[in-house]
This record gives sequence, C-alpha cells and structure tokens, in this order.
Amino acid sequence: MNSIQFLPPRESVLNKRETIINDLGRLVPANCLIHEQRELVPFETDAFVSYRQMPLAVVLPENTEQVAAIMSYCYQNSVPVVPRGAGTSLCGGAIPQLDAIIIGLSKMNVVLDVDYPNRAAVVQAGVTNLRISEHVGADGFFYAPDPSSQLACTIGGNIGMNSGGAHCLKYGVTTNNLLGVKVVLIDGTVIELGGKHLDAAGYDLLGLICGSEGQLGIVTEATVRLIAKPEGSRPVLFGFETSEAAGACVSDIIASGIIPVAIEFMDKQAIEICEAFAGAGYPLDVGALLVVEVEGSDPEMDDMLSRIVDIAKRHSVKTVRESQTATEAALIWKGRKSAFGATGRIADYICMDGTVPLSKLPYVLSKTAEIIDRFGLRVANVFHAGDGNMHPLILFNANDPDDTRRAEEAGNEILKLCVDVGGCLTGEHGVGIEKRDLMTHQFSEEELQQQMAVRSAFDAGWLLNPSKVFPLEGRSI
Amino acid sequence: MIAYPQTEAQAVDAVFSAAIQRTALNLIGAGTRAVRNPNDEGTGLSSHQICGIVAYESAEMVMTVKAGTPVAEVEAALAANRQMMAFEPMDHRGILGTSGDPTIGGVFAANVSGPRRFVAGAARDSLLGIRFVNGQGQVIRAGGRVMKNVTGLDLVKLLAGSQGTLGFLTEVTFRVLPVPAAVETIVISGLDDLAATKAMAAAMALSVEVSGAAHLPASVRGRFLGGELPEGEATVLRLEGLAGSVSVRAGKLEQIMKAIGPVSRLGPNESGVLWREIRDVHPYADGTQKPLWRVSVAPSAGHQLVAALRLEMDIDAFYDWQGGLIWMRMEADPQGELLRRKIRALGGGHATLVRATDEMRAQTPAFEPLPDALAALSARVKQKLDPAGIFSPGKMG
Repeated sequence: MNSIQFLPPRESVLNKRETIINDLGRLVPANCLIHEQRELVPFETDAFVSYRQMPLAVVLPENTEQVAAIMSYCYQNSVPVVPRGAGTSLCGGAIPQLDAIIIGLSKMNVVLDVDYPNRAAVVQAGVTNLRISEHVGADGFFYAPDPSSQLACTIGGNIGMNSGGAHCLKYGVTTNNLLGVKVVLIDGTVIELGGKHLDAAGYDLLGLICGSEGQLGIVTEATVRLIAKPEGSRPVLFGFETSEAAGACVSDIIASGIIPVAIEFMDKQAIEICEAFAGAGYPLDVGALLVVEVEGSDPEMDDMLSRIVDIAKRHSVKTVRESQTATEAALIWKGRKSAFGATGRIADYICMDGTVPLSKLPYVLSKTAEIIDRFGLRVANVFHAGDGNMHPLILFNANDPDDTRRAEEAGNEILKLCVDVGGCLTGEHGVGIEKRDLMTHQFSEEELQQQMAVRSAFDAGWLLNPSKVFPLEGRSI
Repeated sequence: MIAYPQTEAQAVDAVFSAAIQRTALNLIGAGTRAVRNPNDEGTGLSSHQICGIVAYESAEMVMTVKAGTPVAEVEAALAANRQMMAFEPMDHRGILGTSGDPTIGGVFAANVSGPRRFVAGAARDSLLGIRFVNGQGQVIRAGGRVMKNVTGLDLVKLLAGSQGTLGFLTEVTFRVLPVPAAVETIVISGLDDLAATKAMAAAMALSVEVSGAAHLPASVRGRFLGGELPEGEATVLRLEGLAGSVSVRAGKLEQIMKAIGPVSRLGPNESGVLWREIRDVHPYADGTQKPLWRVSVAPSAGHQLVAALRLEMDIDAFYDWQGGLIWMRMEADPQGELLRRKIRALGGGHATLVRATDEMRAQTPAFEPLPDALAALSARVKQKLDPAGIFSPGKMG
C-alpha cells in the first residue's frame, strides 16, 4: 500500500547517520543500540503491516535516565523520535520513518511496586498488559483494560493509545485506570504526574497524555489501578438469525439498565473464522453471535442472566449457551480474542475501529455490508458491541493492488459513516497514520489547529512521532 | 460585574472583545463553588443563562446539556429515568455559604466528584464531549457522545478541572448510569484512624464491590444523620446493586468486619442521607470562614498525615475515598506550607484550600503549587488555549 504518505525525511539527519549512531552509542550500552540494516528490519512496521519504513536506528534504553539522555540528544540535534512498545499498533502508530530513531521500551519491563492497601501497581512502561494481572492474580486482584493483544502489548503502548478491550464496558479504558505516569519530555526533562492519590494537581496532563500517541513525551513508568477480582464470571453465547437482530438486542440490554462486563459481537464470517481457529464451540448455524459476560456471585449472575435471556428472546434468539466450566469460559474468550490473528490466517485484512451510538448499530451494520458489497469485498465483523466500538475486518489480497485500493477506500467510507451517525473514527486503536487523513472529516480546521497547538506546547519542533495523527497538510509549524 | 451571555454566539463575542482589549475574564457558572481570588480584577463571564437539556438518550446512557443548566434540573431529568451521574458531584453551598443554582458546567470545569469517585471515576471520567470557547473566541468541540473515542488529543480531560482558566464551556455531553436498585451501609464502630484505614483497605480487597468507604472520627460522628450513628468513631462502607445481591454481599462483609469491631447496618433511606452528607462535607457546613482543606493522598497515607499535623496544630478532619480524601478544618491559620510539605514527605498528593478568608487567600495559594518543570509546561499549555492570557490569569498553575 502506498496511499498514505510519510513526512519527507530530513536530509540533515540522513546525512549525519553515522555521527548520530556513534553519539547514541555513548549514551547507552552497546547491547541497547541497533543500527545494522538486517537487525532493523523487525522494526520497520507494527501490526499495520501494509506500511513499512526503516528507522535510522533503534535504541532500547534500560532506564528513565537513558531515555532522558537520548531525548535530550535528539532535541538538540533535531532528530525525530518514534516511541515503541511491543509494536502491536493496528493503525501504524509505531511505524518509524527513515530519519527517525525508535526508542523501544522493551527492556524496561520491571514491576516496581505492588501496593494492595492502595490498590495500585507501579510498573515500567515495557511491562506487558497481561503480566500485571498475572502478577497480582493470585492475591485476588487484576488490572482491568484488556486489549486483545494483551499477551504482547505493553502498558506504555496502552497509555500511548488509551487502549480499551472487551471488559471496558464496566471498568473503563486505560485513561480511567491510570493513576500516574513518569514522562520524559522531548528536551529530556522528566516530569511526574499523579501517583497513588486521585486527581493530580494542576491541569489534567495525565488525561491529555493518555492517548496522545507518543507525540507529547515518552512514558517510562506508570501507576495503575488494581481492582479486586469478582467472585465469579460467566460468558454466555447468544446466537441470532441476523446481525441486525443481535445489534438491536445489544441496544435493548443497555437500555434496560443492565450493564454486563462485556458484550462482544461476531457475525457469521467471524464466527466461522474464530471457530475454525479456537474450537470454542460457537454455534455455526446462526447469523450473528453475542458473547455476554456477567460477573459476581452465582445468584447475582443467575439473576442478571435471566433478565438478559428475556430480552434476547424478544429478538428471537436461536441459541443460548452458558459456559459450564472454567475451561469452556476460557475457550469462549480465546475464540474472541484470537479473532484478528485467526482472520490473518485466511486473508489479509484491515481492521476498522469506529465507534457509533448504540441506537445506530443495526443501521451501521447494514450500511457496512452495502459498502463492502459495492466494493466487491468480504468483511468479518467482530467487536465490542456494548459500547458501540465496531471492528469490521475488511478481507482482501495484499498482492493485488486493485484489491488493496478498494479495501482502503471501503474502510474510509465505513469510518466516515461512523462519524456521520454521531460516532468517531477510532474507539481504541488510535489514529496513527491509518486514519490521519480522515481527521478533517471529524474535526473542523480550527479544532485541529487547537489540538496541534496544544501538542506544540510539549514538542514545538514536532520531533515526536511526527508523521502521525494530524494531516500533513496545514500543520502550523 | 458579571456578564450573562444567552447564547454561545454571545459568549464568543464577549471573549473575542476581551481578547482584543486584553481584559481579564473570570469564567463562572452560578458562582456557588468558585474559589474567589482577592486579587481578581476581571469581569465575570457566566454560562448561567446558556442552559437547557439538548439531548437525553436514556437508552444509551448519554446526556447533552448546555453548560449553564442547573445541576438540579439535570438530576431531576435523570431521576425520572432512574439514572444518575455515577461520580456524585458534591454541592459546595453548605461549606461555602453560597447561594444560587450550581450549574453542570461548573461541575465539570471544577471536576467535582463525590464518594463514588474512588471506584467509579471522577467527573472527568464520565465526560464524553464538550463545546467550549477558547481564548481567541473560537468554538472548539472535543470528544463526542460515544463512550470509546481516542480520536485526536483528549482536550476533554484537559478542560475538565481547569477551573475556567483554559476555556469557557458552553455544552457538555456525559455518560450516566442506572440508579442502583438497592443500597445498604455497613457501620463499624470504635476504630481509630489507623484501624479504620486497614479495615477499609481490607474491604476493598474483597469481591463485594464497595462503592463508598469513609471514616468519620468521633469529633464529627455526631454531625451525621442527626447524631444517630452509634457511639464512637464510625467507619462506613456502602454496597449498591440488585437487591438480592446487596443483601448477600452485606452479609458477607458484616461477617468479616465483625472480627474488627461492632457492626451495624443502615438501610436505603439512612444510607442516602449519610452519603449525601459525606459528599457535601456536612460537618464543616458550619457557617464559619475557618480554613477548610481538601487533601488527596494515597489512602494509606491519609491518617498518617492527620496524625503528623495534629502534633503541631489544632485540626479536625474526616476521611472519604478509603482514607485518601481528607476534609480538614483548621482552627486558626491554613498553614499551607507546612501541610503541603508533609504531603510531599508522605509520598505526594495535593491540597486545595476550599474555604478561607480573603486575608488567608492572599497568603496561601488555593491550588497546589506545581514543581518548576510542570508549572512551565502548564503555562505553555494555557498559552495555547488562551494566548492573550485573559481567563483568570494567575488562578491556576
């Protein structure tokens, strides 16, 4: 793919490549600096694999002081910086550019402090999402945001993108579970925001940094909220004749005042793909599936489920299947969480991430099908229905340029549709390069200028992840 | 003098001309909770007349209202659909002796939350979208009306809690939640501050979903529920949800807490009153101008801070948010420097001087002074939203 442009590389930086690498070598130990072309290849893209760019070099610092030294150097020498966690971004948020160094946080992977009386953990930014919950699980706690890539993705990346997950219907997304951060600004200044107390003093810069896609600074440590695990949890499968019926059922569940922990949606295509991969026992004779998870004690779950079943019956639910054992429950989630990976086995795909108001779900589902038909493509829908965060996976053949172009165009139409019905371009994956050029569809010129001005308060020279988020045209720098 | 624009367009005009003339504006709602700065010379600009519910999608749990809408009107509309703002915004009128109708814009501009905040998030966590007038007189929308939205920089969070120093809010869109069908409160009596802190932490480690955890020392206990709480200190834990579920969880929590101290229970009516009184800091709605601090620290540090201060001065205090929120009334001077030094020594946090005389305010900054690097960054951020520096200059970091 090549329809999305990067900023032209700064000749002044490319010409100094050898000097820059030598200088970086003095700031970090030899095993923390990668500059051989062959070794740089794994860093040329992230999970938005259609685009790739080689970085000038990759630095993998071991501590905040090293991050500060590297940032200070890049600031003084006007070298662009692309922060990277595990490289699982679906929107190209971690794709480098020819004149940029990558600062990767993978070596900073220590859980620094677990503090149950204050329900908080302090971790380095390279700690993976799942590891926090694993670390505290035996003591009855967990960390709530759970993006599907949680086995690999890092907390630093989660903060960069304000990541969500399946269970945020009840527990919120990263920004709602983040208490504090240590951040290195572009000039090497280290600031701390928040901590184990609530509502940091001054402006909510913590809230501003969360989801800023690595453009305001590099987070090296985070204090996150730990929550006591529920007594039990139970995912239940609801099979429907059509996607529209399933979508309408979701709206009615929320409208009834019941808030399950998660409501996940899969259409027929997604069910088949996931079932073939995970063997989760999904019914194959339905047009759409909801995975609804409730939690609490057994009587609480029974009570809530019976209410949900009543609502589902009003939408002619075909199948209701409760998980009987922990293994079954785990399989149900395994099927859902491996949806992207499983899809990748059968075709190339791009994953949309628009959010729409719940009442618009059935309409947007049918319009999506229309758009996909018109472009002669296939789509698998698998997403967080409870909060209207849609993930149509558009299937295509990356080796066919025409197929690729049509997939991108169809994706753009779907995202514009999400905005037009009162939603937004991205619910949890971020803008990155993927949706950058659609930002003008959601925001006015003045609004984009305001966001960019605030961004400039942190990084006046636009060195941090500069090709992302804001359209390249019309930047006021 | 206070100007009351009737529309967003009028507010734009007011801000635009103030920016040209470089005259300061103090942005307010109804002024029931504004921290008054004795040195303020600016004109007031109030959103009070820009009011009305724009859209309320109860089935989607989302409400859009103009900023000057009274909180009471919002709460009444929500209550009619058995919904609520989960963050329980407090009412400052009691402690500040102000009058008038608090506005929804003021709630979000000051990020005002109540007892449920420590598990359900602050006002800023419920805020989905805003419209505001920036310092150049431009109308800026940020966020939207959907719950998951990471499109662009999160100016919603930045404006929430900015106390009217970054922009003039004209419209807010926020998430609401169903009112829990049942509520019960477990009262553990006779615990000192340390024992209460441990009991609250223990409760939060259980899977019973406590939605309120406060400790009311003996000095304030009599000011709650008309003095009807049992003798001695009261450590109170709130449970909410479906009726059957609440009684099961309450039974479980009572069994565990019995080992720590005598336990009694409060039903829905008494619970409602008690948590509203905790929310509104009832003991210090005392008609005085005695300095009142709102201190946020790590829950385990709260009682240590109070104990350390008691060695040096005469204070009265009670705790919310599992011990991490301390409402503290000083008998004489605010002692801001000492207080803030001790907060730093105990691992950090912040203190806001919510109530004080003008003489005290002239000596003590109301909001926590920031470290140099953070203050410089905050000033740069303000400059980007308010280039002429007209919105309450000097009010906040």
